[in-house]
Amino acid sequence: MFRWLSQTLAVAALSIRTIPQRASSSAVAMIGIAGVVIVFVAVLSIGEGFRAAMAQAGAPDRAVVMRGGADSEMTSGLPGADTDVIKQAPGLLRVGNRPVASAELYVLVDLNKRSTGTPANVPLRGIGAEALEVRNEVKIIEGRLFQFGTNEAIVGRAANRQFSGVNLGSEFMSGNLRLRIVGIFESNGSVGETEIWCDSHLIQGIYERGNSYQSVLAKLDSPAAFDTFKNWLTTNPQLNVQVLRESDFYAQQSQVMSSLIRGIGYTIAVLMGIGAVFGAILTMYTAVSSRTREIATLRALGFNTGSVLISVLAESLALAAVGGLVGGLTAYVAFNGYQTSTMNFQTFSQVAFAFAVTRSLLVQGLTYALAMGLVGGLMPAIKAARLPIATALREL
Amino acid sequence: MKYLPLVWRNLLRRKVRTIFTLASVFIAFVLYGFLMVVQNAFSMGVDVAGVDRLVLMHKVSLIQLLPISYTQKIRTTEGVSHVGYSTWFGGTYQDKANQFAVMAIDADYFQLYPEMRVPDDQMKAWLADRPGAIVGKASADKYGWKIGDKIPIQATIWIPKQGNTWFFNVDAIYDADKGVDTTSFFFHYEYLDENRRGAYGMVGWYVLRIDDPSHAADVASRLDAQFANSSAETKTSTEKAFLQGFVNQVGNIKAIIVSILAAVLFTLFLLVLANTMAQSVRERTNELAVLKTLGFSNGLVLGLVLVESMFLALLGGGLGLAVTYFAVEGGGFNNAFLPVFIMRSRDIVIGILLCCALGIVAGALPATTAMRLRITDALRRT
Repeated sequence: MFRWLSQTLAVAALSIRTIPQRASSSAVAMIGIAGVVIVFVAVLSIGEGFRAAMAQAGAPDRAVVMRGGADSEMTSGLPGADTDVIKQAPGLLRVGNRPVASAELYVLVDLNKRSTGTPANVPLRGIGAEALEVRNEVKIIEGRLFQFGTNEAIVGRAANRQFSGVNLGSEFMSGNLRLRIVGIFESNGSVGETEIWCDSHLIQGIYERGNSYQSVLAKLDSPAAFDTFKNWLTTNPQLNVQVLRESDFYAQQSQVMSSLIRGIGYTIAVLMGIGAVFGAILTMYTAVSSRTREIATLRALGFNTGSVLISVLAESLALAAVGGLVGGLTAYVAFNGYQTSTMNFQTFSQVAFAFAVTRSLLVQGLTYALAMGLVGGLMPAIKAARLPIATALREL
Repeated sequence: MKYLPLVWRNLLRRKVRTIFTLASVFIAFVLYGFLMVVQNAFSMGVDVAGVDRLVLMHKVSLIQLLPISYTQKIRTTEGVSHVGYSTWFGGTYQDKANQFAVMAIDADYFQLYPEMRVPDDQMKAWLADRPGAIVGKASADKYGWKIGDKIPIQATIWIPKQGNTWFFNVDAIYDADKGVDTTSFFFHYEYLDENRRGAYGMVGWYVLRIDDPSHAADVASRLDAQFANSSAETKTSTEKAFLQGFVNQVGNIKAIIVSILAAVLFTLFLLVLANTMAQSVRERTNELAVLKTLGFSNGLVLGLVLVESMFLALLGGGLGLAVTYFAVEGGGFNNAFLPVFIMRSRDIVIGILLCCALGIVAGALPATTAMRLRITDALRRT
């Protein structure tokens, strides 16, 4: 057993040490695999970043109430009277006698993207006085909170970065809408940072919404209080509403985009992976055939077939590992944290996010690289192990 | 031509190598095809947008509604020959995952879109039926709808006066030119307006045809000036610009696609093919020298290697393109939010040109080596 192991190690080390002699053909496999890993990690980091921006927004101890049947805040509508009923629900956190809940409106304004100068649908949220108490992660990082009852507004950090016309102190005008930006806020890099917030009554007036809202965001006593809260509302004959835990709500809102990006990303990665495996097979066949005499000599000296087989696989895996590491690191350096924004098809509005090259993506990339190396090395390895010694020594 | 057997023999000399090189090149062009299809899907019909159509929407954003009373003013505006309006309905069919565009339109709306065809008798039936609907062929096939079916659609934006479900009769099925979305669902605006709760007399946006596409900018500014300082100011753009606006909102898809494509073509195509050709020339040093001794000119030797490289490129690439093309035509792709999956003839032509170009680039270096080979040196080397 030990003999077998030491033989195998010796042969494997030999084939790996001699890789530089086959530099150009080895580079084909290595760069091929690195290319696959770069593309794989980069494309999926878009999906990952998007998902993260949406997931950050949801807290398990908050609930979103919308009209029954509505698929997003935009398509929802709640009469003001209903929002008052909603705020009576049990399970809702109360400070003193005041419910910690915010009735909100969600509309779009056209702003130009800084990067391209083309218009984009940026969400404008009308919030109630309790909104920042409900969302306790939100911090004003520059300027101050707007004053209720005025046309002042605050803008999310990402919206400020991605779109022009919403700088601190500037006045934004569109149609009858006129907003004065008095503050910039952050909320853990979540989708909320792509929004502009102002007094809900301002939107009711300008967008002719009367006394109506689109959603109520409620802070619960605890995450466990959700069921009580939901049951009371959905069984209340006065109301036709749906209640979602905020974390579920945002997961749902990101579903289409995330699965679209993932679908495209995996398709590209699988196809490219197959191509790279072909490249690796070519490389390893070349390696085996250029070492035919060497391998036959080893065999003649008494090295067993298993160690020859493993040595070829080891070489292929070594190339794949280097390719995978180089690819992963390149993707990380080039793309991680890259700021961009896209339109969420489900809500029709912009979501700013950063490409996220996560550890799990890097591990997936490396695993995939090794799998490509293994598959690519298998056939040539078997060929090498089966080499008939006599003819192989005569060859060349 | 007489040298083709020679090229062919050279390719067969290392069958395994030829096969895997072809396979890699093939995959590269399957990917090329796939990426082009994705890009076309994200371009949302910009290519097939009517040059003589303008879209007039609310200035603040598309979700803001416009009064239906604008119709008359728009129709009488100089340069406008036809006007129609449409309202986004949203809605889901059976399951939330089943989404397609549902729009409430005016009776003459289809006259604006000659690329969408409805049989005359079906159109007549629809015009006479208030809760009637015209559905796209792709959706009709997908959900098994037939003329005469009653379709329930769950309300998302517009809640009916009773319950939460709207019912429509399938009166007509439209088909369209290649590249035009055939998943949409259209019904009478009057049916919407009579049965919704509120927002009466409001429409989503107007589509208008103009007499002369070269006057689009003039007509647009004339229209917007007309509604300036009203309660609902407008923004008019060509249909192409309107759709391009959506594409831009999603982000720079083109840049992403081109970068991925560059990585694919470099790693799976150029590198593999160049390496194969280099090896093949290296192995054949002796033979090439013999050919030259026999009187093959330098140019001919260069040509032979290049032809070999191009042959591999075109065969592998061509097969890759063909496979994606038939996969797309056979309906191998579908997605609720990207309804149109096509490969344009332009993509195929560019693909073939790319094959040729990359074939030459990959073969260039080995071919030059072969050309420069000095007979005496080469024959001495074993």
